[in-house]
Amino acid sequence: MSQPSISKSMTIGESGLAVVFAVTAFLCVVAAAKALDAPFAFHASLSAAASIAAVFVILNRYFERPAALPPAEINGRPNYNMGPIKFSAFMSMFWGIAGFLVGLIIASQLAWPALNFDLPWTSFGRLRPLHTSAVIFAFGGNVLIASSFYVVQKSCRVRLAGELAPWFVVVGYNFFILVAGTGYLLGVTQSKEYAEPEWYADLWLTIVWVVYLLVFLITVIKRKEPHIFVANWFYLAFIVTIAVLHLGNNPALPVSVFGSKSYVAWAGVQDAMFQWWYGHNAVGFFLTAGFLAIMYYFIPKRAERPVYSYRLSIIHFWSLIFLYIWAGPHHLHYTALPDWTQTLGMTFSVMLWMPSWGGMINGLMTLSGAWDKLRTDPVLRMLVVSVAFYGMSTFEGPMMSIKVVNSLSHYTDWTIGHVHSGALGWVGFVSFGALYCLVPWAWNRKGLYSLKLVNWHFWIATLGIVLYISAMWVSGILQGLMWRAYTSLGFLEYSFIETVEAMHPFYVIRAAGGGLFLIGALIMAYNLWMTVRVGEAEVQMPVALQPAE
Amino acid sequence: MSFWSRHQIFEKNSIILVVGILLVISIGGLVEIAPLFYLKSTIEVVDGVRPYTPLELAGRNIYVREGCYLCHSQMIRPLRDEVERYGHFSLAAESMYDHPFQWGSKRTGPDLARVGAKYSDDWHVTHLTNPRAIVPQSVMPGYPFLAENEVDPATIADHMRTLKAVGVPYSDDQIANAANDLKAQADPDNAGSDAFTKRYAKAVVRNFDGKPGTPTEMDALIAYLQMLGTLVDFKLYNEKANLR
Repeated sequence: MSQPSISKSMTIGESGLAVVFAVTAFLCVVAAAKALDAPFAFHASLSAAASIAAVFVILNRYFERPAALPPAEINGRPNYNMGPIKFSAFMSMFWGIAGFLVGLIIASQLAWPALNFDLPWTSFGRLRPLHTSAVIFAFGGNVLIASSFYVVQKSCRVRLAGELAPWFVVVGYNFFILVAGTGYLLGVTQSKEYAEPEWYADLWLTIVWVVYLLVFLITVIKRKEPHIFVANWFYLAFIVTIAVLHLGNNPALPVSVFGSKSYVAWAGVQDAMFQWWYGHNAVGFFLTAGFLAIMYYFIPKRAERPVYSYRLSIIHFWSLIFLYIWAGPHHLHYTALPDWTQTLGMTFSVMLWMPSWGGMINGLMTLSGAWDKLRTDPVLRMLVVSVAFYGMSTFEGPMMSIKVVNSLSHYTDWTIGHVHSGALGWVGFVSFGALYCLVPWAWNRKGLYSLKLVNWHFWIATLGIVLYISAMWVSGILQGLMWRAYTSLGFLEYSFIETVEAMHPFYVIRAAGGGLFLIGALIMAYNLWMTVRVGEAEVQMPVALQPAE
Repeated sequence: MSFWSRHQIFEKNSIILVVGILLVISIGGLVEIAPLFYLKSTIEVVDGVRPYTPLELAGRNIYVREGCYLCHSQMIRPLRDEVERYGHFSLAAESMYDHPFQWGSKRTGPDLARVGAKYSDDWHVTHLTNPRAIVPQSVMPGYPFLAENEVDPATIADHMRTLKAVGVPYSDDQIANAANDLKAQADPDNAGSDAFTKRYAKAVVRNFDGKPGTPTEMDALIAYLQMLGTLVDFKLYNEKANLR
């Protein structure tokens, strides 16, 4: 009788979340019934179904689990929580391929417009936000969440905070992507680039993001290490700043709580400034700070070398986050935005070159004494080449932010090329490198299924990037020059449509480059799938050396 | 104690680190954005800019829905070739009622800031239905479905009320007559046409898609395109007074 029996009971989180989702399901059913437009009815029904599924999963999980919650430590070693990481890693690969595929489709539409099929949900204008959101937020976002949950646990030597909360973050975030993506196809958009989702999706993302911040921050607070590792500074800056940007750019008033349409609170020039303050820092904090965190953890880990310079990390971190936030107005050069704001934006964009290259140097020099590994480890090579692309894009960016350069490059494909040298070369490759590391670690495999396939992926994707960005450089500069070309009599030399016609060969080359990048990702997906299924296959058989006699 | 070791306060206290991040990232945004709301020089003083008519607003929402802004800018820069190609450079005042703005960032197609009254309604109907019927080299998608979808006049007043709440100066009169005005603008025979043109200066009443009956999305979108950039009379615009 004195035996302490552990009676099984629901935690506050389990019961609370089950109740919240039950109420949400009810509200969503009401919203679906009273919906004013078809997309809203669809999203309300989808949310109701998801909420009911969530209640079921939470209850099922409770009945299946042992009475005691998973311990924080087993035999003195942290009991790391890998479930949500595996889920997010899987989703990132899924969305990555979807996003690259849609990218290939819209690239082909620009070369062969018949591919728009003249249907609402297959036209360029609706697919383009689907492509950008799928690659930035779905692919990149899942890589960031998966890697941040991994890095924060390992570098703090403590189990991830919460049991249901991390699952709420990863599943809730992917549900946001689903609502946003289907919304674009149905014409639900607030037309702010990279912030297209309508008010209800924005609200849901806000909730998910706050929980993400809490899970991350509480894990850091619980840490067993005295210092917070540098990668976690960057993750924190990414999470906190994205929250601020999201709230600043998106305040909107819905026409009805039962309809999808809303009107954003800001107008005209102020709205433009808010938008590009947001837009450029989605690049700065989502696509840069977050992925720099990956660089600071995965490159040292893979190269088995310490970070090159601790002091450079400090300078890099604070100067980068301070300067980035000013750079937005360079998207609005020569527009109706006041000149003083444009000049500030240009000045800080040029200054931003320095911390960016400081970070690049810190990443590259981490390989000091381990450069030979580039020959044998294609994963490390991918990570290092990503940093090289980072250096290239962060030189090109400040250059394009100079007003005279921008007067040529703005509105042309040069911008698209610049974005993709960063997105494919830096974000893409650093994500691929991180996933190639993360999947064997999270699934407890000795290594990847095949390094040879990684090598193939690396070279095919690199070739694709080179085709893509060089085609866009040529077409962008060509178009910019054609727009401003004058005849000797002082007339504009080309009509607009002549400049469109001149783009065709480059659009074909660009689509080919995108196709190669997609093929690389498919090879990667197969490789990761086999890594999980069978583990390391290729046994590295060293050639038996004949002993000297 | 060296200077560098002082950084430990951030490395050992997660909350101080978060507060530090918040402070550092706030400065740039505050300096660049907040003054735009109170500096008088931000938006020029101009005559003629008015809120959209109900039909134009419905058209604008279609423009947003179909993602037209992804290939067409509405922002003419004060550069010689742009002014000669598209017209007077865009003023901040011309988009002061735009929630959200549609300046765009890419010109896969030409700028549309002053496309209004440049082409006939017929041209737009044909071009929107099949762009390559008029411009063989065009890469624009076709939008034949616009001609088949009707615009719902009943809900447009709610949209105008929402816009009024975020700062667009719609009058009670304009909101009360929204549904009728929407129909009147696309129908020159409508009894309410005269009252409509009094409510919206420079608004054009035409059967934009050339078909009788309730306005279609084609009517609405063309009504919007045909008014773009036509509100300000640049013969009367005082450039010197608005120099910034």
